Amino acid sequence: MTEAKPIGGKIFTKPFLVCAFFVAIAGILIIKRYIFGIGAVSNLSDGYPWGIWIAYDVVVGTAIACGGYSMALLVYIFNKGEYHALVRPALLASAFGYTLAGASIFVDIGRYWQAYNLFLPWYSQLNSVMFEVAFCISLYIFVLWIEYSPVFAEWIDAKGLRNTLNRVMFIFIAIGVLLPTMHQSSLGSLMLIAGKKVSPLWQTGFIPLLFLISAITMGYSIVIFESIVSSVGFRREIETPILSKVAGLIPVLIGIYMVVRFGDLIVRGKLGLAFAFDLKSVMFIIENILYIIPAIILASPQNRVKTRQLFIASALMLLAGAVYRFNAFLIGFDPGPGWQYFPSFSEIMITLGVISVEIMAYMIFVKKMPVLPSVRHA
Amino acid sequence: MDMNRRNFLKVAAGSSLLLASGTSADAREARKLSPDAVGILYDATVCIGCKVCQSACKEHNKMPVEHSSKDMLWDDPVDLSGKTLNIIKLYANGTGITKDSEVDGYSFIKRHCMHCVDPACVSACPVTALKKDPKSGVVSYNKDACIGCRYCQLACPYNIPKFEFDKAFPQIRKCQLCDHRYKEDKFSACCEFCPTGASVFGNVNDLLAEAKKRLALQPGEYYKYPVAHVRSRETSYRPVAKYQGRIYGEKEGGGTQYLMLAGVPFTKLGMPDLDETSDAAFSENIQHTIYKGMIGPGVLLAGLLFAAYKSTNKKDE
Repeated sequence: MTEAKPIGGKIFTKPFLVCAFFVAIAGILIIKRYIFGIGAVSNLSDGYPWGIWIAYDVVVGTAIACGGYSMALLVYIFNKGEYHALVRPALLASAFGYTLAGASIFVDIGRYWQAYNLFLPWYSQLNSVMFEVAFCISLYIFVLWIEYSPVFAEWIDAKGLRNTLNRVMFIFIAIGVLLPTMHQSSLGSLMLIAGKKVSPLWQTGFIPLLFLISAITMGYSIVIFESIVSSVGFRREIETPILSKVAGLIPVLIGIYMVVRFGDLIVRGKLGLAFAFDLKSVMFIIENILYIIPAIILASPQNRVKTRQLFIASALMLLAGAVYRFNAFLIGFDPGPGWQYFPSFSEIMITLGVISVEIMAYMIFVKKMPVLPSVRHA
Repeated sequence: MDMNRRNFLKVAAGSSLLLASGTSADAREARKLSPDAVGILYDATVCIGCKVCQSACKEHNKMPVEHSSKDMLWDDPVDLSGKTLNIIKLYANGTGITKDSEVDGYSFIKRHCMHCVDPACVSACPVTALKKDPKSGVVSYNKDACIGCRYCQLACPYNIPKFEFDKAFPQIRKCQLCDHRYKEDKFSACCEFCPTGASVFGNVNDLLAEAKKRLALQPGEYYKYPVAHVRSRETSYRPVAKYQGRIYGEKEGGGTQYLMLAGVPFTKLGMPDLDETSDAAFSENIQHTIYKGMIGPGVLLAGLLFAAYKSTNKKDE
């Protein structure tokens, strides 16, 4: 097993400063939102109460942050120890992704100062899908940081703490697999209650299953994507052999997903809507082409050993999952005549700020802490 | 041993997927109307569009005026909003001459909360900020519980809950059927002040009976329309218009406590065309199937604990 080591290097690099610039702009806009209300910075309306802050920051953001979940499933549950080197960077990205999604919620919810009501038993509403999602994600953020805590323990060289953590870690690993299984499926179930406001192309009782499978697939994709990006970015050797094994799982998962996705549409007799060639139909076609291409690329073992193909396929799969989520939450959502939504400049800038914080924090952590596997310098 | 665990996991994963597929033995049934439920019957053919109901609503719910025109002289909202809980809207077609006619005619429609029998907003709200009174069936809002997630807005098929996007400390706003006036032995202001009997308040079963009676009348025939309250002795005596042969709200989305009659098709009046099943029941059925008694997640967790324990311990050896 390769040891993880901090990679060192200076913090204030050019990409870091670009991110900092976006964070500063987002910061100013967020202050504006808290003083003048959500309407002052967003195009959200009573017809479109949820925009990109929910669809991207939370729904897509946490799915992209499923690397930790997907890898834990592989390494600890299906007992494939050989992938161990990929767990730490995946966990770190997951911890950031979820923490930032959780934090960005406070920009979106109107009565944020009462957010703790979720945890007061006399207010908790157990029939609410939102309750399940919010409760589960909050809990998972803590679990992720506990799963990541051995890195802190190693960093400060606390051997006793490290051993204690090791002994109980299996509990948190198990919970850390259970919780995303629950809330990644429930994120899809959120749309069930919107009934006919969601196009039949996305409104289905199978939406929790589709969200779950695609989240796991996105999890493996982000592990590959991120590993290649950080290898190139930090000039390290690319862990291609192990990545190609992970990549082998993706076409299988996409295959299962496609059977459910199209089987459901055919059984419900709604597949015809896909060929209406209106905005919804075009987006549906784009979404599914984005799923099919990475499945085709990665189905070939020759492609799986090529970094370039791995990179393209994993990026397309992430895009596929993202477009599916945008479609289910925004494009396929129609509250009726008279309503329209396109995110405002400020809304987009705030989302870019959230993404930037994530990238900056990741850069600091891998440079200072033992996250990435130590490899021979290429 | 390894094989056993794998088999066990397969079973656990398989059964949770089966659960997730939404097949359920004991489905959560759609909620039923309370015998004491109160509501409103609005008859568009009796409405003259005077908007007294709109201003009475503002007055008795202490809602601010809202301007849509430049001179800002009148309270003239164009739709429901965080400032307007009740609104009269106009349908017009062609020459717009004949009242209650779909072609070359016009009709009013009064919009506010439908007080669904099985409300999506109540099922959606994570913190019980929206509640349905078990007796009166009124769907009311508690700002002290609300976290402002706006899931109720996403859930409502009628787009009724409104959010104050222009405020730093916003609330959800919606019609609460003037439930604050019941203890003074009064009822919804929009009905109390309606001069023609277009909006009448009352027990929902009485309202349904009244609506069915009207549908059985012949166009042109004279009828005593009760004013303000369905059991009121004050009536307005007038000819019956030609109705669309159904009561909007009797079955829509599992039924509503606000019922409507009109001469123009309801979809033309901006009402959504809903199935008879409630989306709340649909959503809860799937959630309850997956999470019933937390047995599914519990079994899954047990399997996960076992697997995680095995694999982490093996590594330490």
